[in-house]
Formats: sequence, C-alpha cells, structure tokens
Amino acid sequence: MAESDPINAPSPVGENKPRIDGREKVTGAAIFADDLQFGNALLYARIKRSPHPHALIKRLDISKARALPGVKAVVTGEDFTGYIGLYLQDRYIFCRDRVRYVGDPVAGVAAISDEIAYQALELIDVEYEVLEPVLDPEFGASSQALLLHPDLGKYVVANFIFPKEGTNVSNHFKIRRGDVDGAWDKCAAVIERKYRIPHIQHVPIEPHVAIAKMDEAGEITLWASSQSPFAQRNLIAQAIGVLPGKLRVIAPLVGGGFGGKAGVSMEALAVAIATKVKGRPVKLLLTREEEFYTAFVRQGLVAYFKMGCDEKGHLMAMENKFYWDGGAYTEYGVNITRAAGYSSSGPYEVPNVKTDSYCVYTNHPVGGPMRGFGMPEMHAGLEQCIDELAQQIGMDAVEFRKINCLKTGSTLVTGSKMHPTGLLQCIEKTAEAIGWDKKTSPSAPNKRRGKGLALMWKAPAMPPNAGSSAWVELVEDGTLNVGIGGQDIGQGVFTVAAQMAAAALGVPYESVRIATPVDTRYSPYEWQTVASRLTWSMGNAVVNAARDARQQILTTVAEAWEESLEDLDIVDGVVISYKSEKEIPLKNLVIYGLPKPDGQGWRGGPVVGRGNFMPTYITGLDKETGQGEQAVVHYTTGAQAVELEVDLDTGRIEILRGVSTYDVGKAINPEFVKAQMDGGFVQGMSSALFENLQLSNGVVQNPSFVDYRIATTTDAPKDLQSFIVEVPQDDGPWGARGIGEHSMVPTIPAIANAIYNAIGIRFEGPPFTAEKVYLAMLDAGMIK
Amino acid sequence: MAFHKINVIVNGKDEQVMVSSNMTLMRMLRECLALTGTKNGCSAGECGSCTVLINGEPVNSCMVLAAECDGAEIITVEGLAGDKQLDPIQETIIEAGGVQCGFCTPGILISSRALLNRNPNPSEDEIREALVGNLCRCTGYLRIIESVKAAARR
Repeated sequence: MAESDPINAPSPVGENKPRIDGREKVTGAAIFADDLQFGNALLYARIKRSPHPHALIKRLDISKARALPGVKAVVTGEDFTGYIGLYLQDRYIFCRDRVRYVGDPVAGVAAISDEIAYQALELIDVEYEVLEPVLDPEFGASSQALLLHPDLGKYVVANFIFPKEGTNVSNHFKIRRGDVDGAWDKCAAVIERKYRIPHIQHVPIEPHVAIAKMDEAGEITLWASSQSPFAQRNLIAQAIGVLPGKLRVIAPLVGGGFGGKAGVSMEALAVAIATKVKGRPVKLLLTREEEFYTAFVRQGLVAYFKMGCDEKGHLMAMENKFYWDGGAYTEYGVNITRAAGYSSSGPYEVPNVKTDSYCVYTNHPVGGPMRGFGMPEMHAGLEQCIDELAQQIGMDAVEFRKINCLKTGSTLVTGSKMHPTGLLQCIEKTAEAIGWDKKTSPSAPNKRRGKGLALMWKAPAMPPNAGSSAWVELVEDGTLNVGIGGQDIGQGVFTVAAQMAAAALGVPYESVRIATPVDTRYSPYEWQTVASRLTWSMGNAVVNAARDARQQILTTVAEAWEESLEDLDIVDGVVISYKSEKEIPLKNLVIYGLPKPDGQGWRGGPVVGRGNFMPTYITGLDKETGQGEQAVVHYTTGAQAVELEVDLDTGRIEILRGVSTYDVGKAINPEFVKAQMDGGFVQGMSSALFENLQLSNGVVQNPSFVDYRIATTTDAPKDLQSFIVEVPQDDGPWGARGIGEHSMVPTIPAIANAIYNAIGIRFEGPPFTAEKVYLAMLDAGMIK
Repeated sequence: MAFHKINVIVNGKDEQVMVSSNMTLMRMLRECLALTGTKNGCSAGECGSCTVLINGEPVNSCMVLAAECDGAEIITVEGLAGDKQLDPIQETIIEAGGVQCGFCTPGILISSRALLNRNPNPSEDEIREALVGNLCRCTGYLRIIESVKAAARR
C-alpha cells in the first residue's frame, strides 16, 4: 500500500492494472527482433574481431574472404570514415588504424549462411603491431600510460563533458564546494577508504540483434532490439553519412535491456554492412560469448573516499576520487563519470566537498550505461564509509543517516536545493521492516547473522533538453491508439502509458492500445528509454496528448450542445454534461464529427491529440567547481536493508530477507513499482554476491553463463518486502518520478554492511563470493 | 550435409519436416515451423529460454538435434493454451507480475508446466529446484515462484 496519497488521481492511475502485453508474452505471440522472418533474401553477418587489447593494424587482407562462394560483402574501416558516439564521438564503426580492446570490430562479413560467414572470417588476414595495453584506470590516468586516443582533443563532444587532451582522461568532472582542507581539523572522526568495483555485464536474456536493409533508393531500415531507436537513427545516420530521415529504425519488444541496448553498440555494424548489399536484409545476432565482451559492460571503478563528521555526527567534509575504467571507447561512459560527480555526496547534506571523477580510457571492453548509471558502483563504497563513520563516533548507523540525509530544501553538493523528498520516511520504514533494533539469532551454530542498511539517490542522467512526444488517436469504436517512442524493456511502460492516457482522456483502460512496435517513421520522438525517465517525461507527453484530444472533443460537443466547456466531462468513454445531463459516446463523434442542425453542415472531425515534454530549466554546472543552479531534473531517493547469514564452514552468504522503500512521487501502477523494486534487489544482490567480468590482460575469462554466474531461483531470498513512499514531483504526471534503476543502487553496500555486522569483516569490493568470504574469515582467525 | 525427413507431433499437430543433420530442435521450431515463441538466449543449454517438452520432459531445445526427434511429441509455449483458454500458469504468471520483458517467459512456463504435470502440489523448494535452469534477469524470480504456487491451486 502507498504510504500516503496526496494527489487525487483519476482512475486508472494508481491502480494495479494487468500488463497490457501480458497475453502476447505468455502465449509466444510476442515478437522480438530475432523472431522477424525475412525469407531467403536474408544474409548473415559475422564480425572479425581484434584478438589483442591494443595494437596497430599494419595490414588487412580481405581478398580471400571476398572470393569465398556465398560471401556477398566484406567491409572494413576503409569503407566508413565517420565517427560515432553519444556524448563524445570517439569510435569508428570498424577500426581503421588501431584496435583498442579484445573484440574490437575489424571487418564484417555478410554471407548466405551463418556457416559461410564464419568461414569467411577465418580467411581474413590481419597483421597487427601489438602495443602495450592500459589495464588499470588509475595508471591510465597517469602520464606514464600510452595514449589510447591521440586525437581526443579533436573529437566532437557535448558541452558538459571535459576531455583532457594529451591524456587518457576523456572526462574530468570536479566538485569544489566549501573548504574541504580546512574542515578536517573540525572533525571528531575521519575515515579514508579505497574500493575496487569490478566490471559486470548487463546479461539481458535476449542477446543483441540487428537486421538492416538498404533499398535501391538508399533508404535504410534497421530492425533492432533497442532502447534507443531515435538516438540510433541520428547517430548511425551521421556516422555513415546519410540524413537521419533516410534511416528508419523499427524496434520490436526488447528481451531485457538494463542499459546495454541504449545508445548505439553493434547496430551500426549491421547497417554499415547492409549498405554494401542493397536490397538484402543483413542480420547480426551476437553470440552469448560476444554479448559478454563486445556489448557494453558496466565500467569498473577504483574509488577513494575520505569523509569526516563532528562529535554529534554531522557530516563535515568529503573528498572523493573516482577512476572509472571506461574501456576502449567512452562515448557514453563519460556521462556516467559526470553523474557520479554531481551525486558524489550521496543522499546527504555535506557543506564541504571536493570530488574528482575521471573517465579513463583503458584497453578493456567498452563501458556503457547500466541500470543505475554509476550509482551502484559509487554507493557501494560511500554507504559503507557512512556505516564506518557512525561506528567510529559510537552512533547507530540509522540514526546517523537520519541526521545527515537530504530533506526538502537541503543544499545539494552542486549548490542547488533539494526538492520535496520522502527519504526520511524511506529510512524509517526500511529500518522498521527489517527490525533494525532487534538482534535475531542464527539458524545454526555454524552460522553468523547480520543486518545492514544503505541509502541511495539518483537523478536521470541525460542532456538538459532530452525530450519526449506522444500522440493519441481515436478509433470508430471509441477506443484509443496511443503513439509513443519509448520502449517496453520489461519495466511495463506500455501499461503505464495506457493507464495515464486513459485517465487523462476519460476512457476505460481496456479500450487503450499502444501503437507498437516503436517505429521512427510513425512513432513520435523519444530521446531514449533510459535514465528511469519515461514514466515522468514520456508520461507528461502522453498526458498532454490525451488532454489535447479531450479538449478537441469537448469543444466540438460544447458547440453542438451550446453549452460551456466547464459543464462537460468525459467519463468511461462517454461525453456527459453535468448541466443538461445529455450524453454521447465518443464513438459517435471522434471520426465523423457532429452534424449541425437542419443539415447546415458538420463540426469536428477525426481526433488526434498531440503532446510533448522537455525540461527547460536545467542549467549548466561550472567546469571548475561543479556548482550551478539546477543540475538535474530531480532525484529519486530510497533505502534498502537486508538480513543475511554467513556460513562459517563454507563462507557462503544467504540473503534471508530484503526490504526496499523508495519515494516514487506517485505510483501509477503500484504493483509494477514493487516489481521493479523486487527485480532490482535481486539483480543488485547478484552483483554483490556473484558477478565479476574477469579480465586478464584485457581478455574476458568467463564469457558464458556457466562461468559468469547470475542469480537463479535458488538464490533469490525467501522474503522480499517493497514499500512505496509518495512525495509528489512537481512536474511529474500526478507527481510521478522514476524507479527502474534505483532499485539496485543500494544493494551492494546494504549487503556489505550486513556482512560486517555478521562477521566483522569488510572487503575492497564485490563480489562477496563464498571463496572470498571463507578466505577472509581464515585470515582473520575466525575459523581454522 | 545430409538431410533427414522427420515426423513430429508439435502442439498436437502432425508435422513432416526436412532438417539438416546439424540443425537443432530450437532452430527447427523457429525457422522451419515459425514457432518463434521458443527463444534463443545462449545456444549453449545454459539459460533455459528454449525449453520445450519432448514426450513430456522439459529439455533445452538448443541442445537437441532435430533429427533425433523423429516420432517425438513436442509441446512449445504456443501449445500451452487451449482453444481460447490459457493454461492456469499462463494466467497466474500475468496476475502475479512474473512477466517483465517476456523473453525467458516461454521457457519458464514450459518448465513450470512440466513440474505441475509430475507434481501437482509442489513445495516452494521444489518449484525453485524445477526452475533453476531458467535464467530471468528482470523479475528476481519471487513473483514467478508465486505464480507456480497459484497455478497449483487452480
């Protein structure tokens, strides 16, 4: 149940409507990109990839591959000279002179069968001059490291990203707030810690897939499993040198994204190859192995924290240094560095903060957006430090957090003020539900039990003017088609959009359908399905479109009935007058309008409502201090707690209970909100206990589900509780703000804090595997 | 490459299919019979998205050669629902919120149906054990487990 319900929302907003795409997904009817049928014209693409983390291409011979019967095209960097990238254009579609990670695409083949495409790869001859790789971000940022992008200073870059020419630092974000150096003397306790957060992978169960076709007139269609059809239209078109209008992206359902299918990754390869075989669709389906190291990965992080508080527990100062292992290309990752920087205080009011957040090129897989966008990595260390600081001054960790956490009107690390927030309620609810004050006994003599809690905050990280649009169109039967450009990646946004459209227009939920698949030729523009921004941003556009249609309908009826608009309403698909008590079903007027009396003509016409939304109030931040009026649109805040047991015989950790509470502003569909909290908790738990993309000299050692373990049914906790707090967002639809990513942000530190509570041991970073925990207990003399 | 003409019963329908020696059952279903509800998540028998019933047993169809299935009875996710009636597990997984992106869902449904066929009243541990080979990245599994319990009650 919602904790409070300050906004009186019309039905079906706030109701647990069933998933609009539920039936198609349980019957096998749901269409994903790999399910599309292209017949015998289909060509299969495969990619020749670099076996070296860092090398120069000295010679590339594709003649033998091209001569293989069944091969229709072989393309290389020679064919495409344009750069690509979301915030920093630092990538070629195919490598031209240099390879920068194991898996970097060197050539692409299209053939009449997958087998022939693979054979052709073997016939491509590449001679490399192997270079010293950069394998650590801290070293990479130093002057000793070889430069991976000598042209960094020439790349096209967004105006809020600050690359350092002549180094491997592709973004340096700074916070300089107050007087950090002068604050330490006033602190009663100061701690300094270092953490190392490993790379992980998104692991959508559906691998990346893209099918591209260019027709004889040069018009290109791309079908892809995509969170970003519109961004792909723009970026890929630019990179291959065509106008964005020439590239149509059709995006069927997405079988899990988690950020990995945002921006552009492998889709440009399929398009590039397709331009060389006009008229034939070319399909590139990543193998599961490729998925692990050639799709985006979550960046690694080396983080230094120093923080201090006075004797009453007030946070006085923080000094943070983050080295992000951005990998070979940081076109998207540079903004993760920025987001971590402007959120680097955590959800606390701290008067003195100095932060340096560096995005560093390395010869590792390409870092990109992943659920949480830097926040899980950063909070992993920060929220452990908070526990340690509280302990040092002898204060309860929950009490310490309550004193310091952001409240409405608190001054943020960037200098602006916190909007209304229910973070304090989130802490109280979470602590109560986990039984913070009660010590429970282990289930067996060889077990130790502990509880831990952590907070989080996260803002949508995006350009200041990322926009949304929507349309609604009524059908002869009075039902409603809703056009959106946002994508359902499992979070349920199609359902939520339908609920909002129904509520805003005044029709039953059951009469709404979403115009899918998203198709850049027919669907309205949406920046990307990322940043947990759709319910809020696209939601506003949908509501505006529905209200526009409503206005058109009511105006027509008001004229026909000679009544004023204020007396009319639309309820359950029927226009009614509170004054004359007349009524007319929508279906009778939304296409053909209404006749004027005595055959004098007609009024109205087909109803199409349009709406858009774009935040207009975001200001820049000063390059040297990170201070500014309003850095972000809003922050979603929340708390998680866990209770766990450590097995002294094996080191195995069992999560017994998990509690999540978030302030989502307004839950449009409360069960969907809780489903995000549950799923995010388990994904966060999986990253805390199991996941680590093991890199050795740039080579991923565990690119399979057997060697890279994710949580299964037997790992999920028996008991998960999720609670909703609703302190409305002033510019959200009925007060709503996002929840998708936030749900896995505080999980690593909540578990780490609980492990410490159980056995008194802390680790430099996750995963807290049984082996690691067992060896640490052995080292500590806890066990023999 | 040799080709084989095989006879199979898929979702109650007799099918005669020409398959190459190296074609997996998963590919046969998806490419020859256009039954794309069976999903390809790894092609390595590790994720469970391609689970189908072969003669009542749940199997990763990416790990079985189509030619081996001559004479077999196969049920895919498309065969779970009756004429207009969903299988109870299809209903309860929607109601319990056990579907998000939907990509693992077909495999989860087939594994659950196999469990309920052999054990109409499974315990929670038995449900978890039966679904351990079906990876899901969205839901965190609890709502899926709840939906199997609810289906058992119907």
